[in-house]
Amino acid sequence: MSKIRLLVGTRKGAFILTADGKRKQWDVSGPHFAGWEMYHLKGSPVEPSRIYVSQTSSWFGQIIQRSDDGGKTWHQPGTPPGEPTTTPDGMPKGESNKFVYDTSSETGKPLTTHQWYDGTQRPWEFKRVWHLEPSLTDPNIVYAGIEDAALFRSRDGGQTWQELAGLRGVKGNLWQPGAGGMCLHTIMLDRRNPQRIYIAISAAGTFRTDDGGMTWRAINRGLKSQYELPDSDAEVGHCVHRIAMHPTRPNVLFMQKHWDVMRSDDAGESWHEVSGNLPTDFGFPIDVHAHEPETVYVVPIKSDSEHFPPDGKLRVYRSRTGGNEWEALTNGLPQRDCYVNVLRDAMAVDSLDPCGIYFGTSGGQVYGSANAGDSWAPIVRDLPAVLSVEVQTLT
Amino acid sequence: MIRVVLPAHLRTLARVDSEVTLDVAGPVTQRSVLDALEARYPMLQGTIRDHGTLKRRAFVRFFACEQDLSHESPDALLPDAVATGAEPFLIVGAMAGG
Repeated sequence: MSKIRLLVGTRKGAFILTADGKRKQWDVSGPHFAGWEMYHLKGSPVEPSRIYVSQTSSWFGQIIQRSDDGGKTWHQPGTPPGEPTTTPDGMPKGESNKFVYDTSSETGKPLTTHQWYDGTQRPWEFKRVWHLEPSLTDPNIVYAGIEDAALFRSRDGGQTWQELAGLRGVKGNLWQPGAGGMCLHTIMLDRRNPQRIYIAISAAGTFRTDDGGMTWRAINRGLKSQYELPDSDAEVGHCVHRIAMHPTRPNVLFMQKHWDVMRSDDAGESWHEVSGNLPTDFGFPIDVHAHEPETVYVVPIKSDSEHFPPDGKLRVYRSRTGGNEWEALTNGLPQRDCYVNVLRDAMAVDSLDPCGIYFGTSGGQVYGSANAGDSWAPIVRDLPAVLSVEVQTLT
Repeated sequence: MIRVVLPAHLRTLARVDSEVTLDVAGPVTQRSVLDALEARYPMLQGTIRDHGTLKRRAFVRFFACEQDLSHESPDALLPDAVATGAEPFLIVGAMAGG
């Protein structure tokens, strides 16, 4: 019997929700890391019991945690439970929370400054890990998307981290923070081409490497940001909120931009708008059905200044045509007086049939649908504000 | 023997449930105490001081003997009472209002 494990990051701890394949009865474990902001948790596709976690605090900074038993126990990589934390001569063993920007000219074009809100240049400064993306093939390789925007990789299970510095060479001096900070929030690995990685940054745009991360280029042609940028179709500077793809069709990408839902059919070389009949095309998450590559989900939010659903009705919108034609999914979701937000990393799909889809809200609810969105039910209602939701389908 | 009191979150990370004691060679300063603390508990690296600059994180405060020492030089001598272990060196998460 299949099992579903939801990894939920919140502003005050992490929670693990588990159910059998029917997805009706859920067990709740947590809070793990109580009191900390848990930006993201994600399991290795190769070893599902291995879960990487970003634990952060405005007070005490960034911690990376790892579980090798499906979330029962945790440790900082490099310092397993019970082991001495120093070498025999007293030197620290683990540096798993150390993210240092690359300054080597041999590994790309490292930059020392980026653009600030007022147009001046500011030094890059590590703030936190927004997203962790474990390798599709090696449980010890994991990527980290960080703020100020950069991409890091660990090859040793999260013990040490090295920047893929070529990314910042793509006009990084022109990148500037959005209201939520200048964060690298999306990392997508191409199952068919191990050398290809897509990433997205607020507010810089979408970028692609075809050589495993050494060199990068902006893939933002077709994006228009007339209210955000002086040059509405600039090469970089777009506030991309999230990108998604179906694993069997990695050249087709979907994007929820600050405003506009976009689609690319050529691996990001060009984009066109597919917002269609959405009530508003502002939003954060976007995801693709596990078995239907043309079925896409978004959660429209009223506007950039009013981060809640239009008309107080929480509605997921589904397109079965790859965009443009959208239907509201409301069964089981609050349809009055609802003013929560759904953040970019807070939606996920399982791979059962029918496909399950899940999302968490700023009001602490996690909703699930075991029938591809036709009907919904709250799994939990009163967690701290949800930052991220990931799902593991365990067999 | 230097006594150090950690805030709750850092006690959890360091897996200690009370104040910690450290041997510090040479002058007892913020820097030497934090160096010794991080050597004993490497999981605390980066949580009190920035990894690269070794500057105190903005929302962390250092108290001892009813004084706020947060803005003192990291190489200034700590009070004798801390150096002798009579008083603890307090590492505190700054108050967050709202």
